[in-house]
Amino acid sequence: MALLEIRNLNKSYGGIKATDDLSLTVEPGELHAIIGPNGAGKTTLISQLSGLARPDTGSILYKGRDISSGAAHRRAHLGIARSFQITSLIMEMTVADNVALALQAREGHSFRFIRPARKVRHLRDRALELLAQVGLEDKADRPTHALSHGEHRHMEIAIALAAEAELMLLDEPMAGLGTEESGQMVELLRGIKGRHAILLIEHDMDAVFALADRISVLVYGHIIATGSPDEIRGNEAVQHAYLGEE
Amino acid sequence: MTMLRGRGWITAIIMILLAVLPPIFVATGNAFWLDLATRLVILAIAAVSLNLILGYGGLVSFGHAALLGIGAYAVGIPAHHWLYGGGPEWLQTTSGWLQFPLAILAAALFALVTGAICLRTRGVYFIMITMAFAQMMYYLIVSIEEYGGDDGLVIDQRSELPFVDFSDPLQQYFFCFVSLVIVLLLVRMIVNSRFGMVLQGAKGNEERMRTLGYNVYAYRLTAYVISGAMCGFAGALLGNFTTFISPEMMDWQRSGELMFMVILGGASTTVGPVLGAVVFIVLEHLLSSLPEPLGVYWHLPFGLLLIIVVLFVRGGLTTLLTRRGDR
Amino acid sequence: MDTSLFIIQLLNGIQLGLLLFLVASGLTLVFGILDFVNLAHGALYMVGAFICASLTYATGSFILAVIIALPLTAAVGFVIERLVARPLYARNHLDQVLATFGLILVLDTAAHLIWGPQGMAVPLPEFLQGQISLSGGLVLPTFRLVIIFTGLAAAGGLFWLVNYTRLGMLIRAGASNRTMVSALGINIQLLFSLVFALGAALAGLAGMLIAPITEASIGMGNSIIITAFVVIIVGGIGSMKGAFLAALMIGLIDTLGRSYLDEIFSLVMSPVAAENSAPAISAMLIYIIMAAVLAFRPQGLFPPKVR
Repeated sequence: MALLEIRNLNKSYGGIKATDDLSLTVEPGELHAIIGPNGAGKTTLISQLSGLARPDTGSILYKGRDISSGAAHRRAHLGIARSFQITSLIMEMTVADNVALALQAREGHSFRFIRPARKVRHLRDRALELLAQVGLEDKADRPTHALSHGEHRHMEIAIALAAEAELMLLDEPMAGLGTEESGQMVELLRGIKGRHAILLIEHDMDAVFALADRISVLVYGHIIATGSPDEIRGNEAVQHAYLGEE
Repeated sequence: MTMLRGRGWITAIIMILLAVLPPIFVATGNAFWLDLATRLVILAIAAVSLNLILGYGGLVSFGHAALLGIGAYAVGIPAHHWLYGGGPEWLQTTSGWLQFPLAILAAALFALVTGAICLRTRGVYFIMITMAFAQMMYYLIVSIEEYGGDDGLVIDQRSELPFVDFSDPLQQYFFCFVSLVIVLLLVRMIVNSRFGMVLQGAKGNEERMRTLGYNVYAYRLTAYVISGAMCGFAGALLGNFTTFISPEMMDWQRSGELMFMVILGGASTTVGPVLGAVVFIVLEHLLSSLPEPLGVYWHLPFGLLLIIVVLFVRGGLTTLLTRRGDR
Repeated sequence: MDTSLFIIQLLNGIQLGLLLFLVASGLTLVFGILDFVNLAHGALYMVGAFICASLTYATGSFILAVIIALPLTAAVGFVIERLVARPLYARNHLDQVLATFGLILVLDTAAHLIWGPQGMAVPLPEFLQGQISLSGGLVLPTFRLVIIFTGLAAAGGLFWLVNYTRLGMLIRAGASNRTMVSALGINIQLLFSLVFALGAALAGLAGMLIAPITEASIGMGNSIIITAFVVIIVGGIGSMKGAFLAALMIGLIDTLGRSYLDEIFSLVMSPVAAENSAPAISAMLIYIIMAAVLAFRPQGLFPPKVR
């Protein structure tokens, strides 16, 4: 059984079809990349998957269960984590606090009023561990807004890892990164790959072809081809619709 | 960390002054200044409670004065029935053991019911719906003639508690002062706890918190109720202090003043609202006691100050002072 | 039920509704276009009333006073927009609420300084003081009808302005899509100032119309502003049609509720209970309606069309 199965998903905004009869699957441990030109509806798809937007028709099955209408916070508890395309961190808080909040979310409710959150050992230690994985351990107690854009992208990955999600939805983790930073991010994702299933939405072709097990090409909300990197490279419809433009 | 040290100094100075000055006022026969200090400390509790949701939760409640009023009427109504009869028998009492819990519970309940509705809205709608509920409370009290309606209610007998005599001004003051210290510590504890982290995270980025798996609504509602309970307690103190309560204390302009105290002192710093209340009350007093004819028009400089603070003093006085201290 | 009394109450409700509309229309424009919460909008209602009162004594004519007071109130609005409102557009609603709260204190005290602590009565010319007998023995004060007709005329003028003029086109466009208007190369700053001044004149007109009945007084704007906020939220922020319908609705509900709620209640409960609960409920009625609208239909009953 596929970990995630999307069946005939449709979503319109004021007459414009952002998602058009879209179907795809993500297998356990697989890195499935979605590419497509700007405005192809990639972010809309992620929003529907994470529960921030509701599909008009169609279904989203996670481990065989229909989750298309569940609230965002419920999906998170099922094991779906999302990173945001536009960095969506809590800027006023420290780097470690951002990660600790993601860890804390895994521990059931947070109606815990007495002990200071920063003194909760296991949260703090695990947050520092994750920050070390993404190379940010020495910035743990800096306020988030003081970090660079590239560092924010790494924080996003640390937070997605913190959720220990079986499925990670990564929305353009390379967006706005320089060549060197992109290289670091590819290495980081290569290290994670296999342990978590990843649905990766990305513009950076080098990164996608280096990392993905399968690639789906999204054009105007519809998937025109799915296959291994080699199959996609050789697919004429894809070259015509998308790669040719680059 | 330098920021924290700066704030620590402000907290220490304010709290020491609040602990030391009032006995001096009494010793030197300045009863009026003691009154001012008492009112200040009570409103500081209300402002600290508002800050929990406004400063840390990012929830701009424009109806907090209603909770103050509810707390005050929870003292006034039992005292009224105690003297004049009527009402259920358990309510005919001047015992603080009934009145204070009643104030806290009634305010918490009001916050729970209204918060459950208000928190479904966002932005300016939230501001307006919290105001609307406060107005409802205002008109509800206005329409109840038994409790004086528009004219208000005189509390003939203050709350009775074994360890404090509310008719002794200095004892009353210290009861309020200790309450303020406790409320400050409570808010600080809550803010730094895991619950507080969620509350602040939701202020910073609600969408992120939801995708992380937090039911933001439930956390906000809880904070709203805690804040309401604290403010209800402040209301009970205020009723005992003024011994005259009226719907006017729930007016939207009173809510605006509480918001101003929080912003003036610095939202999302624990001590900010206390500093705000100090500056607010002292300034209000100084300006209104200017020699004639200036004193009559004290609202003019006061209003201008409000505009200037909002336009130019971002982060409130606490930030202003600590920033200076660092350089 | 007494029919003529009912008709009088109905007209009172319409009168209140139209006055509310005059205040709320400016508020909803400023709010819709500028995303600016202006608590001090009610103070302009007061300023209009006082300017009109002074001019009535200076010129000896109420009508002349209104004609001169309108542009003066607009000018006050224009100055306030430049000095206080403009720096606040980019700020959050909390800052706006607080700063305009401060502005209320300033304007109220300024009125106190200029016009003194007492209210100012506004004498009406002879021909507006009388009463008009309608069929069925119904007698109405002439001036109340004048208020209703003026209110309707102002509403009509406003609809024409908003729907059929270039300025109105820009206002409507601005209310639904601010960036588009600035992309058109319009002097957006001037447009904002004009909208603010227009709103001030409308609120001022409401104040001028009510002043002969209630006097111009300090703080008179502070209760109507809250009701006007109820109106624009019930109507849907940024919607002129919504403001008009909601204003009439709130005016009628408030007026009729105070007169008839006890009778309506006594249909379903004991007369004593009805008599006890009706005053409380009728005073809270408009806020209950607003809370219900916000809870179940947060965009308002008649939201502006989204393009």
